[in-house]
Amino acid sequence: MKLYTKKAHELHDLLVNKEISAAELVRAQAERIEAAEPKVQAFITRTFDDAMAQAAKVDAKIAAGEAIGPLEGIPMALKDNMCTDGVRTTCASKILHNFVPPYDATVVTKLKEAGAILMGKCNMDEFAMGSSTENSRFFATRNPWDIERVPGGSSGGSAAAVAAGQAVFTLGSDTGGSIRQPAAFCGVVGMKPTYGAVSRFGLVAFASSLDQIGPFTRDVRDNARVMNAIAGYDLKDSTSAPVDYPDYEALLGQSVKGWRVGLPKEYFGEGIGPEVKAVIEKAVKVLEGLGAEIGECSLPHTEYALPVYYLIAPAEASSNLARYDGVRYGYRSEEAPDLNTMFKKTRAEGFGEEVKRRIMLGTYALSSGYYDAYYLKAQKVRTLIKGDFDQAFEKFDVLLSPTSPTVAFKFGDRTDNPLQMYLSDICTLSVNLAGIPALNINAGFANGLPVGLQLMGKAFDEAKLLQLAYAYEQATGCHSQTPDLGV
Amino acid sequence: MSLTKDEVQHVAMLARLELSDKEVEKYTTQLNDILGYAQRLQALDTANVPPTAHVFPLQNVMRDDRVDPSMAREKIVANAPDEEDGFFRVPKIV
Repeated sequence: MKLYTKKAHELHDLLVNKEISAAELVRAQAERIEAAEPKVQAFITRTFDDAMAQAAKVDAKIAAGEAIGPLEGIPMALKDNMCTDGVRTTCASKILHNFVPPYDATVVTKLKEAGAILMGKCNMDEFAMGSSTENSRFFATRNPWDIERVPGGSSGGSAAAVAAGQAVFTLGSDTGGSIRQPAAFCGVVGMKPTYGAVSRFGLVAFASSLDQIGPFTRDVRDNARVMNAIAGYDLKDSTSAPVDYPDYEALLGQSVKGWRVGLPKEYFGEGIGPEVKAVIEKAVKVLEGLGAEIGECSLPHTEYALPVYYLIAPAEASSNLARYDGVRYGYRSEEAPDLNTMFKKTRAEGFGEEVKRRIMLGTYALSSGYYDAYYLKAQKVRTLIKGDFDQAFEKFDVLLSPTSPTVAFKFGDRTDNPLQMYLSDICTLSVNLAGIPALNINAGFANGLPVGLQLMGKAFDEAKLLQLAYAYEQATGCHSQTPDLGV
Repeated sequence: MSLTKDEVQHVAMLARLELSDKEVEKYTTQLNDILGYAQRLQALDTANVPPTAHVFPLQNVMRDDRVDPSMAREKIVANAPDEEDGFFRVPKIV
């Protein structure tokens, strides 16, 4: 039995029926990680000893005849920007290479309470800045569908681990597409929840008005299940939304007949690869066959999303990353004769090129005399972008687009030109600016590489995205293929 | 409007980043490219548009004023590059 291709809900049933033990599952998971790792390189840190200890507790519970929760005993992994008490959390940066958090992020606390078992911490672009995971200061992660290609980013390790069978599910973070784009490149389900729906307490901050945590899974049911565990109000995050959160999994399986699905024409224009467009158009036909009513709509300010994002995100990053000064944690330069030299050398040596570029850009955009022209202007245009979505959702329940204009690209293809790399996120950025939820599912394949489909919804409408995605998945079986790594 | 090397040096000082001459050169070109691209925002009239700082309209998030346990001091200073008697050590300031 290939346990590493199974979904969390399937493994849960196997545990409940005593067909496998949690210890067997965790051991098999650790073996799979080691077998695939020489090819995929998704993990920065492994926590197998702790995982085995946790598994023993779950098995004791089952042996005692106690009921186990839906994620209890399920092996998972986290992007390495979520704080784990006693387990190194690096953000794939030299400046945090030795940081051991003294506390758990709220999502970690919640997953521990749910009984999920941490196998390790996943690779990422340094401080979540990038679209290919090539900006990790440690090593690049490879796409399990073709190891010559990038897994996407910034949560590339989390996406590749789920695709390669190295974890049943993982968490990532999404500031401009960092969950959805790697999910698309790796052919897995990835949810960017509504701003405020999942607590960010203990997530290392990048751009605070945009960052959200969300799950990577092998199918939609698992995604709903993990959302059930992590969504909710948290007193420790002042941006957490005090609203009612539904049972996402219980809502799956309903008819989507009569649902109004909008195709924003700006997301199907120039720059979208023909092979991607063809797969997405086929997917639209499937939804139409399920009774969805398809119509065209417009998000007229889409072309401004990229410049708005690349002013707001670096501005907020430059402020958030000011805390890395070599005083309280992380790396400190050896050369520190006085305080200012210590700051400057520590940051110059500790941060990588892309992080420095964004700190420079953000510092400039916020500096005296330029604030109004750049940051304030970007925030005003952000209002217009959000307004586009408000209008579209008056007519449509869900909007549909490609997740990325292309399939996974090859290593080094875009590293020389930052602006070209930024264009990878053209279909995903607006969602973060508007604060709404969006979900990537695998729509199909082009030349053997996964093509991602993005569903966007109104704020707090995650359940609708999951229901529509579930209907698509059931109709097409698009979640049943796994990459063959030859291991 | 374009950014000069001197301005890039000044921004690096504000950001407490030591840059090599090569980096100054590279960032001057790249920041000018990115800021040039951002100029297209100026084409939009936003005189009467309010800025969006946060998408979810939360205001005055309060909690009860009560004392909760704090994190253990030794766990916090354990991460410090240099520490003495539970304090962070830094180079001489004055």
